[in-house]
Amino acid sequence: MLNPKLSNFAAGGELNPLVPHTAELIAGLIAFILLFLVLRAKVVPMFEKAFAERTDAIAGGIERAEKAQRDAEIALSKYTSQLSDAQGEAQKIREDARVQGAAIIEELRTKAQEEAARITAAASASIEAERQQAITSLRNEVGTLATELASKIVGEALDDQVRQSRIVDRFIAELEKSK
Amino acid sequence: MILLAAEDEGFQPPGVADFNLPPIFGDNPYTTKPIFLAFLSVILISVFFIAASRKALIMPSKLQFAGESVYGFVRNNLGQEIIGHQFMRFVPYLFTLFTFILTNNIFGIVPFLQFPTMSRVSFPYVLALITFVVFHYVGIRHKGLLAYIKEIMFPPGVPKPIYVILTPIEISTYLLVRPLTLSLRLFANMFAGHLLLLVFFLGGDHLLQGVIGLKLVAPFAFAFGIALTFFEFIVQCLQAYIFTLLTAMFIAGALADEH
Repeated sequence: MLNPKLSNFAAGGELNPLVPHTAELIAGLIAFILLFLVLRAKVVPMFEKAFAERTDAIAGGIERAEKAQRDAEIALSKYTSQLSDAQGEAQKIREDARVQGAAIIEELRTKAQEEAARITAAASASIEAERQQAITSLRNEVGTLATELASKIVGEALDDQVRQSRIVDRFIAELEKSK
Repeated sequence: MILLAAEDEGFQPPGVADFNLPPIFGDNPYTTKPIFLAFLSVILISVFFIAASRKALIMPSKLQFAGESVYGFVRNNLGQEIIGHQFMRFVPYLFTLFTFILTNNIFGIVPFLQFPTMSRVSFPYVLALITFVVFHYVGIRHKGLLAYIKEIMFPPGVPKPIYVILTPIEISTYLLVRPLTLSLRLFANMFAGHLLLLVFFLGGDHLLQGVIGLKLVAPFAFAFGIALTFFEFIVQCLQAYIFTLLTAMFIAGALADEH
């Protein structure tokens, strides 16, 4: 480019396209710097602001969505645990009730059996007592009757208590033997 | 075009002269068309992006979305991905570079403007010079002057004798090849593209003035010129991208620590 032949040619005919013109160099520099200052001051910050705000908006939206998701998950797990607690409690209550019911039935049964046993025992005792009483009174009456009858039959007064009693015993023994 | 009208004897193919536009107001060299286009691009880009970014809504309007798409492309694909975690410091520069080059390139196919500013080599020189200063400054600030120079001259992990060849190559790469290729790639693409369009449109125009047989061929020249216009659009976008991409890579290289 700095070949002397070319330079001469350029100087002579102003036709070498590789030789710069001072006016254009200066004008080009001024134009470029002017544009640079305008774009740097007015355009780049505004676009950057728009980009930053957009990024912010998108990132903020995602963050909010994530937070909502987290909240929902927490609520869900809370409800789930509450539900399972309630189910467990219900199960426990049912179990308790069953056990309690069984215990009550058992207790009632025992009580009834005891009562029955008691009634049976009382009845047997009273029957026994009555039987004894009946035997005693029967013995006395039968003795008296038999003595009276025998005295009437044999015509012999059997007032003597000892004899009378011996006779009655023998009579009853015979009676039981013949039975 | 002036030449064309003046000469009757034949077709004067478009050439370097078509890029040397005279000043619009008298002899003032600051009133040429490329300079007006450069400042027009400053106004258009500023107005568009200020309007697009003014409200900075979370839910962008169509205008804001359009502006954000361009900004986000430079910020993320050219800044963040290539430079890494310190990228935000360089986003305003990369963004200005990309929009400035893209707009001025596209001026090449905008009706009535129809001149790519970057086909004037001065503008790519200026931009490459700024990139040159920026990435060397960043490297020196990041590593210290001596360490930075040492890293350029003696890249680590190379056998000692190789430095005989490598050091001159590295020095010329960092000091000469990078800014030159950066500017000349952009310049040459825009220059050649504009020249191609001129050839087909001026040539087609010339064919129309010829005999009947040539008049019939003229539409093909125009059709090809229109097809090339679309092609040029791709090249214009691509060159703006490449210039910004390489700038980002140079900065990334200056920031990168030794492996």
